[in-house]
Amino acid sequence: MHYMLMFFETTAEVERRNDPERAPAYWGAWNAYVSDLQKSGVVVSGNGLQPPHTATRVTLRAGKRHVQDGPLPDVKEHLGGYFVVDVRDLDAALELAARSPNVGAGHTEVRPVLPPPPQNG
Amino acid sequence: MTTSRAEERAAEPRAAWGAVERAARGAYGRLVANLAYRFHDIAAAEDALGDALKAALEQWPSSGLPASPEAWLMAVAKNQLRQGARHRTMAQAPETRSAVAAIEAALGEARLASAGDERLALLFVCAHPAIDPSLRAPLMLQTVLGVDVARIAASFLVTPAAMNQRLVRGKQKIRDAGVPFEPPTGGDLVARLESVLEGIYAAFGAGWDDAGAGTPSAEPLDEEALFLAGLLAEQLRSEPEPLGLLALMTFSRARRGARFDGRGAFVPLAEHDTSRWDRAAILEADRLLLRAASFRRPGPYQLEAAIQSAHCQRLFSGRTPWAAIATLYDYLTRAAPSVASRVAHVAALAEAGRVEEARDALAAVDRAQAAAYAPYWVVAAHLAKLAGDREARQSALGRAIELTRDERLRAYLERQRSLGDPPAG
Repeated sequence: MHYMLMFFETTAEVERRNDPERAPAYWGAWNAYVSDLQKSGVVVSGNGLQPPHTATRVTLRAGKRHVQDGPLPDVKEHLGGYFVVDVRDLDAALELAARSPNVGAGHTEVRPVLPPPPQNG
Repeated sequence: MTTSRAEERAAEPRAAWGAVERAARGAYGRLVANLAYRFHDIAAAEDALGDALKAALEQWPSSGLPASPEAWLMAVAKNQLRQGARHRTMAQAPETRSAVAAIEAALGEARLASAGDERLALLFVCAHPAIDPSLRAPLMLQTVLGVDVARIAASFLVTPAAMNQRLVRGKQKIRDAGVPFEPPTGGDLVARLESVLEGIYAAFGAGWDDAGAGTPSAEPLDEEALFLAGLLAEQLRSEPEPLGLLALMTFSRARRGARFDGRGAFVPLAEHDTSRWDRAAILEADRLLLRAASFRRPGPYQLEAAIQSAHCQRLFSGRTPWAAIATLYDYLTRAAPSVASRVAHVAALAEAGRVEEARDALAAVDRAQAAAYAPYWVVAAHLAKLAGDREARQSALGRAIELTRDERLRAYLERQRSLGDPPAG
């Protein structure tokens, strides 16, 4: 089954990326995790994301397009990246999720990927 | 035997009905579990079995009973599921289609004949950490025992429609999130077993205290919970805690007849008329506990059962061994810290005459966590009385009364407040 692992990080964790003292440990942990996952052959796709301040939100209300800076305010944890993995079952996906470096402070959400829609004929 | 032909014929349909009922009661969980295990879809397994039971009712009266009703039902339901699976496959991705083909290939008649008991696997599925804890007991009751949704709903104090919706969603989650049907092994087993035990104990507790208190349709599900615990203990012979849970529930049930007096008034445990206890059940529970203890791996359920065993000593010796109970609660508060075990520890210390220690232990209970827990205030009232603080006692009892939903328990506490003696434990 295909599952998406969504890595949510606290603001403090995201800030570690640019702190010269703490960045090496931050990236070291993620690189190790990512290369482990790649080596195990379960990765279908995946990406890290630029930090939340680079986000732009778009809404359409009464036919009018609104474009705003940043993620939703008051969100405490931000999506920092994701993987789609192909594993046997939920337990296998949870096992991978439990090893992601963000779970100590933030959380990882695991969701099955919707199967493709039925094709006619 | 001189039964006439006409009588025989007249008896046939009823015999068929009886067979359906027996198969449904005895084998329901086994069949649902086997089907769900193969097709990874509990709801579809239940539907298919429902259809097979309907077919049995239509066909058995005229065709006669099959040699094995269970195997017949299994075969019909499996057929139904295979058609259903094929039907769904048409509308699904190629890899799903090949998976279904693989399942079908594996479902030879030989395998059907040796179909094992997958109810244990189903219990672990229902109690998977990915399932909402409050839904685990209802799922177990419905899928393994086929308990009516209305009855589950009444015991868990929700409407049948709401309970049904939650059960449907739970089964969808199990299917769509890919919750595995293989029971866990090794260290995972012990960790996951905890939530299975918790689920069964929740089923046992449901409908107990609230029975008769504003929910006339609620019947305790203790019979069902005991069955599930028995099943778990029988199939998981490597673990002592299922036996501990079975013993604990057997002790509680053995005393149920004494919880209320002839006029329906609540009687606290220490004042039970022991002649109303079920002596045979208590002896059976003691045997179960001994078997659990022989593993030499104590756990919270074995400790709780040991505490109940100590309470039941009064039947044989005429007195309650409070010092031993206090010691057991001391272990329990370390093994499984909870407000309930801490409060019970305080009560046992006070009964054992260790009032100073009881006071310290009560002060150490997290007030914020305990504030909404009625027994905390009952124990606080008891200690206030021992200290001669009448005002503190009355106000603590007042809090306990406010927090108690069960009318009969509330009536008891109100009587205590108007009389001199506070309740113990």
